[in-house]
Amino acid sequence: MSIEQFLSEQKDTILTKWFDLVLDTYPPDTAVFLKKQDNPFANPVGHTIREGMGHVLDELVRETPSGQIGVFLDNIIRIRAVQDLTPERALSFIFSLKEVVREALRTASHQPLPYDELLAFESRVDRLALLSFDIFVQCREKLYDIKANELRKMTFRLLQRVNDMDEDQEKKPDPAG
Amino acid sequence: MAKVTTPKPAELVTSIDLKPSAQQWMDIPTEIKPGTFCWGAKAKNLNIVEFPNARDWNPSEEDWKLPENWQEIFLTGMKNLLDKYRSFKVFMDICVRCGACADKCHFFIGSGDPKNMPVLRAELLRSVYRRYFTTSGKMLGKTAGARDLTIDVLKELWYYFYQCTECRRCSLFCPYGIDTAEITIMGRELMNQLGLNTDWISGPVANCYMKGNHLGLEPHAIMNSIEGMIDDIETITGIRINPSFNRKGAEILFVTPSGDLFADPGTFTCMGYLMLFHELGLDYTWSTYASEGGNFGFFTSNEMAKRLNSKIYAEAKRLGVKYIIGGECGHMWRVLTQYMDTWNGPADFLEVPVSPITGTRFDTSRSTKMIHITEFTADLIKNGKLKLDPSRNDDLIVTYHDSCNTSRGMGLLDEPRYIIRNVCNHFHEMPENTIREQTFCCGSGTGLNASENMELRMRGGFPRANAVKFVKDRHGVNMLANICAIDRATLSASMDYWVPGVRVTGVHEMVANALIMKGEKERETNLRGEPLPGKEGN
Ligand code: SF4
Ligand code: SF4
Repeated sequence: MSIEQFLSEQKDTILTKWFDLVLDTYPPDTAVFLKKQDNPFANPVGHTIREGMGHVLDELVRETPSGQIGVFLDNIIRIRAVQDLTPERALSFIFSLKEVVREALRTASHQPLPYDELLAFESRVDRLALLSFDIFVQCREKLYDIKANELRKMTFRLLQRVNDMDEDQEKKPDPAG
Repeated sequence: MAKVTTPKPAELVTSIDLKPSAQQWMDIPTEIKPGTFCWGAKAKNLNIVEFPNARDWNPSEEDWKLPENWQEIFLTGMKNLLDKYRSFKVFMDICVRCGACADKCHFFIGSGDPKNMPVLRAELLRSVYRRYFTTSGKMLGKTAGARDLTIDVLKELWYYFYQCTECRRCSLFCPYGIDTAEITIMGRELMNQLGLNTDWISGPVANCYMKGNHLGLEPHAIMNSIEGMIDDIETITGIRINPSFNRKGAEILFVTPSGDLFADPGTFTCMGYLMLFHELGLDYTWSTYASEGGNFGFFTSNEMAKRLNSKIYAEAKRLGVKYIIGGECGHMWRVLTQYMDTWNGPADFLEVPVSPITGTRFDTSRSTKMIHITEFTADLIKNGKLKLDPSRNDDLIVTYHDSCNTSRGMGLLDEPRYIIRNVCNHFHEMPENTIREQTFCCGSGTGLNASENMELRMRGGFPRANAVKFVKDRHGVNMLANICAIDRATLSASMDYWVPGVRVTGVHEMVANALIMKGEKERETNLRGEPLPGKEGN
């Protein structure tokens, strides 16, 4: 059995457990809400994260990846990058996937998986982690950009008018000259 | 092969604790975190409006330089508010903690911080109320949900009352009609008495008090800015517009938030007003004194809001106009429809607004004598008074964000939609539970639109942005329309982060793009100077 087959078979269980581990990074009351409220607009955080994780899993079992994995990760990380989480906490969910898959392997007594397969899978998760760091940093940089842009927008017209006036002044003949 | 038994990451690095505390809320200390709060008010700005306990202070420092008797000030202030406002007293008493409001706040939804649940936000203050104003709380303390007003409690109150945009979404779901926004308003009044205002609010308040508008623009700057817009309009339409300022005897006074004068994309909305009024030949005037529709005083104290608001009627009286039209703004309208009349009215020197173009009498404003520009424009369209070419907006696939204040605060739901449907061909609503009365806040209202609290703004803005993303993915929406100056600025930032590719516009920018004006030249561009659909090659 390949890791892909194993993951497809166990997808629902793995996804649920994986999502539960992410929920553990939120306070208990919040976790209940994120898990239970299934309207995607009333609970955009829970919905986006769970949906994104599902897509990431799909991508991992797909023979030819769609190249969309960055987008799915982005949807999740964009949220966690502005929440009250340290970077380590914000990205911990990637590593918990390993934990969940190992656990699933441990409990699934039938058809053990070749060790190589697991290692290859874990390397893929490691690459996801690296990609996630990139995305996290991009999100944080975006925040700083937005701060700077907002200030620029607020004063743009003002400066434009002042500059226009300066130009007008320059065009006028200099009485002293 | 043997079963794999690699260690769990948690076993490898036992020091990393990813689980947050499961303690009761009262036992979880609040940490003031960067990205979440706004800078403290500067003494000079508080002194200008004679606010008490003015001093420079920094929320991230341990010492907030409070007056020695701060507890007494707080509790006396609280007693006064409880005596003055029956609603406040009732809200402190009747919550049954049913939790119906708990998951309705955009800040809770986006941050996941339980203290952002409206019920807990209120409970932060309610616990102090119980301790000092109820017998059970005085006697039983914590068992009765009461707690002492310590310095840490004060800081926590400050922190969370500046994480509420007073949007009132929670109140919609409370079976008792408890309005947490009002509790926040009371909380901020109390902070105000201790000089614990924010810089982002108190700066504009001081400006507005001295110069008439939040940005502190003096008359020549206002005229100069509008002059610039007139130049742009001439370039685009070939028509030179000549608005008047401070003109006595005009029929109508026009008041708009000062953000429209300087900050893009609000400036395009402002050009829209100018073009519409010119086309109608409206007998109206701008005021360089009543040059602010918004009212940041509303985020400090009732008294300050009243003082800043008073200039609107005063100017209407001085100029001898018949009534007032107000521009696209959010909190401005909450103040105008719910408070202005009782604060500074009755404005019996004014007349009930009657559109000089259609003859429609706006009885809904018979008391305030002030109508919202979308009411005015919707009526023009309904009566066929505008020549419109919506295809000029064909590059736009539009959705509409209800500002909390115009929707929940004054019930202005259909006029903007009616206008949008008439000036552009592609309009799609966001999901039902995110619009109209149930609209999600932009995440940055009530003076939280500073930049130092950007993380907080993004958290609070996520539920709204998520709904925009949905219509973007489904219908290709690329323009988010609204009728609020703060929205125009803050949603731009929120879209930039959450839904890149969606821009933000005021409704009257789209009106002016579609408006066929008498004697105009063939337009090549829209108000932003971008080629009109079909003119891209020119
Ligand atoms: S008024 Fe709005 S921001 Fe404040 S607690 Fe209620 S839902 Fe949250
Ligand atoms: S819905 Fe009303 S009664 Fe219920 S917890 Fe919220 S404020 Fe209290």
